[in-house]
Amino acid sequence: MASYRELLKSVKSRIREVDVRQLDTSRNGSAKPVVIDVREQDEVEQGIIPGAIHIPRGYLESRVEQYVPDYDTPVVAYCAGGNRSAFAAETLQQMGYKDVTSLKGGFGAWKDAGLKFVVPRDLTPAQQKRYSRHVLIPEVGKEGQLKLLDSKVLIIGAGGLGSPAAYYLAAAGVGTIGILDSDVVDESNLQRQILHNSKRIGQPKVDSAKQTLEDLNPDVKVIPYQTRLTRDNIIEIFKDYDLIVDGSDNFPTRYLVNDASVLLKKTVVHGSIFRFDGQVSVFQPFVGPCYRCVFPEPPPPELAPSCDEAGTLGILPGIIGLFEANEAVKMLLGIGEALVGRLLMIDALTDEFRTLRLKRDPNCPVCGEGAHFKDFVDYEVSTAIPTPA
Amino acid sequence: MGGLTRRREFKGQGALPTYNDHHMAVKIRVPGALRQLTRGAAIVEVDAGDVSQALDELNQKFPGFKERLYDDKGELRQFINIYRNDEDIRFGSGLKTPLKDSDDLSIVPAVAGG
Repeated sequence: MASYRELLKSVKSRIREVDVRQLDTSRNGSAKPVVIDVREQDEVEQGIIPGAIHIPRGYLESRVEQYVPDYDTPVVAYCAGGNRSAFAAETLQQMGYKDVTSLKGGFGAWKDAGLKFVVPRDLTPAQQKRYSRHVLIPEVGKEGQLKLLDSKVLIIGAGGLGSPAAYYLAAAGVGTIGILDSDVVDESNLQRQILHNSKRIGQPKVDSAKQTLEDLNPDVKVIPYQTRLTRDNIIEIFKDYDLIVDGSDNFPTRYLVNDASVLLKKTVVHGSIFRFDGQVSVFQPFVGPCYRCVFPEPPPPELAPSCDEAGTLGILPGIIGLFEANEAVKMLLGIGEALVGRLLMIDALTDEFRTLRLKRDPNCPVCGEGAHFKDFVDYEVSTAIPTPA
Repeated sequence: MGGLTRRREFKGQGALPTYNDHHMAVKIRVPGALRQLTRGAAIVEVDAGDVSQALDELNQKFPGFKERLYDDKGELRQFINIYRNDEDIRFGSGLKTPLKDSDDLSIVPAVAGG
């Protein structure tokens, strides 16, 4: 048994360190070392030593050989302060790398010494490989892929719609995916909710989602919210996201999502289903209509059966959720013609796809001319939220 | 009252299950959520001069639509939209929106499943 301090001390006794000046000199010398940044993604975003490869500490063992296939190549590992990289250096030695050092004082010392750093704007070699089919498309390209990696999308619901949407957005490399759902996985979900599986029955859906998505793509940071959206938490949850994908399963949440998104001027990609019917739209506040412009009020509960009550063909939410993912990517990249001001209706029984035009309602209580929330408003299903001061 | 016929036309949308007892051509598209009222028909054809008449005729053929589409005051419910072709009638002349031959009415309810 050893405490962290003892462990660190003993690790440091078994590895070699270089200081920032030595590294700077060797980088310009003939035997250039491979420099590996072992920090987390959010640290690296602030700046990186030019030419360094980013491999988060947790992926070091599994990925380093892709980048450094020759065990004789000199390797310098660094982190923020020089401790995590000490552990990394020892691991690399154990793997057989012969010339490994750890940067003393880490990136902090590098910066303090006034040495050059860059805010990384390139795909890593692994990302270039992973996203090569995106990079090949002129409409996406490297810039577009970097944009996706920088994007933050919140998905409401890890259910029928949220599953395929989240799955494909994670595959596409949307860098931060928030996923919100209060439920646990139930056997009856598995007919359509493909993020989950039989082994995860009883687990929180957001934990199951996080596991599936991060297994698919380690570039993606998944932020789970095991809660229901309420007027008290929605502003706090929404405020950090670029885009909201609504895959919720009830009207009160949908109206709450709409009202908050108008307040915060966040675009909502909307998808909803009933049995064989699906609807998709994009509600971009003050550019196109909002959900209330289209449907001013929700139906009373007796006229609004849920999927749990009414049933749904399991494949339809897959189709609709993927349309939502497609709209989300278009909005994030600013390409194509998203469904702003249009409602796509899909009938899975007849294979009819129709697009109806939606208009902004000048009398809309949330986005109409001069409309603003000053206070709680009690709608039939009490979904209104207050304007933040 | 005529029966449910499946027209076997292989172009356009003629192959959809269609209720048709006389060949006037205002089509009403019925959403899945309300097709239990039409015994499964996705399209009901009616003869009507405006939207209100069309919906009346729909209700005559298939009772039950009135309660689903209108509130107590006789106005269209707030969570149901009617489109004439691809335009929401609320932004035009509402229920008085005139219809002409071969117009297409869609009943579009808000759905929330996910």
